[in-house]
Amino acid sequence: MSRFAATPLVQTKLRQQAAAGFVFLGMLACILLPLVAILGDLLWKAAPSLSWDFLTSAPTHGMREGGVWPAFIGTLYLVTLSLAVAAPIGVLAAVYLTEYARDTWYNRAVNMAVLNLAGVPSIVHALFGLGAFVYGAQFGFSILSASLTLAIMTMPVIIASTRQALLSVPHSFREACWNLGASRWQTIQVIVLPNAISGILTGIILQVSRAAGETAPIMFTGAVFYKAIQPGTLFPYALDEQCMALSMHLYTLSTQTPGVADSIPNATAVLLVALVFLVNSVAIGVRTMLRSRGR
Amino acid sequence: MKGRRWRKLRETAIESLIRVCGISATIFVVGIFLFVCREALPLWNNDGFHITEFLFSEQWYPTSDITKRYGVLAMIAGTFGVTLLAMVMAVPLGMGAAIYISEFCAPRPREILKVLVELLAAIPSVVWGFAGLTIISRLIVRFTNADVGVNLLNGAVLLALMSVPIIVSLAEDAFKAVPDSYREAALALGATRWQVTWRVLLPAARNGLIAAVLLGFGRAIGETMAVLMATGHAINIPGSVLDPVRTLTANIAAELGEAPERSTHYQVLFLTGVLLFLITFLVNLSAGLMIRRERRQ
Repeated sequence: MSRFAATPLVQTKLRQQAAAGFVFLGMLACILLPLVAILGDLLWKAAPSLSWDFLTSAPTHGMREGGVWPAFIGTLYLVTLSLAVAAPIGVLAAVYLTEYARDTWYNRAVNMAVLNLAGVPSIVHALFGLGAFVYGAQFGFSILSASLTLAIMTMPVIIASTRQALLSVPHSFREACWNLGASRWQTIQVIVLPNAISGILTGIILQVSRAAGETAPIMFTGAVFYKAIQPGTLFPYALDEQCMALSMHLYTLSTQTPGVADSIPNATAVLLVALVFLVNSVAIGVRTMLRSRGR
Repeated sequence: MKGRRWRKLRETAIESLIRVCGISATIFVVGIFLFVCREALPLWNNDGFHITEFLFSEQWYPTSDITKRYGVLAMIAGTFGVTLLAMVMAVPLGMGAAIYISEFCAPRPREILKVLVELLAAIPSVVWGFAGLTIISRLIVRFTNADVGVNLLNGAVLLALMSVPIIVSLAEDAFKAVPDSYREAALALGATRWQVTWRVLLPAARNGLIAAVLLGFGRAIGETMAVLMATGHAINIPGSVLDPVRTLTANIAAELGEAPERSTHYQVLFLTGVLLFLITFLVNLSAGLMIRRERRQ
């Protein structure tokens, strides 16, 4: 027997370790297998409907046939508009909170409130959007109300993720820049933002996918079951109109439309998941690219 | 000289823009709570509404002609029933998966697994609801003696799958935050990885793990679309996991469209929103305190 051979005690321990690893791997599989199974099932059932035509044509026969173009474009509208509002204001607000605001009890309370609001249920945002934008500001049930509601929902998360990114830039970088005589804004512009940009962009892109998938906040503020638009047009909606949206379309198809072929809601779900995954992959790509460039 | 003055001017402009954005964003964000409260406020002077009935009665007849009742006890029970059952499934699985990813896995598959978990978190809730409606409900009907597949169990499975990515990634962060010297010291004493995990990592990362569970809980309790589609809409206190239930969030989503502006029904739904707001605020606040306490250690 070699000097380094495992003693029985060590062998028992190694077996224990292997068993533990196996059990934990099994737990991970319990999480990931349903994901694979559900996505596989969606794709399998959606296959008969998945085609380019499905994306570019409008629903027909009371939404029992045809495609999803109005819903797809509606989702793009809502996401673009909400991000156009939430991203600049959110990032600048985070810059204010991290770089300008002094460390007073008031600012600490604001920070905590923003962080906590990132976890507020989306249906509460729906209540707010309905009361404040639809009825309060008289925007009515419209794309404007719906995208502002989405903007209010995504803004705290953008503020929180941007703040995290800004805080991860070491304070010594800023001090070195100030010592060269740079002003506060110059330091932010030249040192802080370029160093934090990967975190900021990732945070924003992840909110794009969240805004695209949310249903509850737009259900009562501007998304409708059905709206006829000119198929193939790129700008079919006006801001004060209601619109269709992919997530809302899936909800309607699966709960309120009797007699719809199985493949159509499945194909809508596949499209929605594909859209969200695409956006998320972009976020992951941006993050790895900018990180490797930084090094 | 002129250039410098111009730059100074531009800088002042940008800085005031930042200030305006910062202040208006916080006003907006904090304003949500005040606004939702304000919409519910007229209820205090309403004779047909009592806060004790709201919290402790299970009778919910908001559109009845003779006796309107606004009790959400059944919905509170539904919310906590679904969420707690989801946590019973999600917490052990999430912890185990996090331990595997952070302690047992090689670095390269680790990155892939983390991306997969991230993708799991990205699936929209309406897609989960659809999966519950079409796939999980059929499985429940086949493997149990339930008549319908849309019930508490279905919602709980969905919420477990939806909150597990949060638990995994935050728990993984918490394990990562434990200094390597702890692991090395334990390994040097002859501990196996399992022993390191059980005796060293779990106690050391305790606060972070509690925060992970709390945030997963907060995600599950506020979820709307999935439970709206998959729990079956019956307003009653669930007696078993195969009973259909309705949650607070699903109730708002189901009835907000029918409630006329400024009616009592509308205001009660806003009050339900306030209740949800307070619950999630409390959950998030305690998670934040846990994370801060961990950082201080």
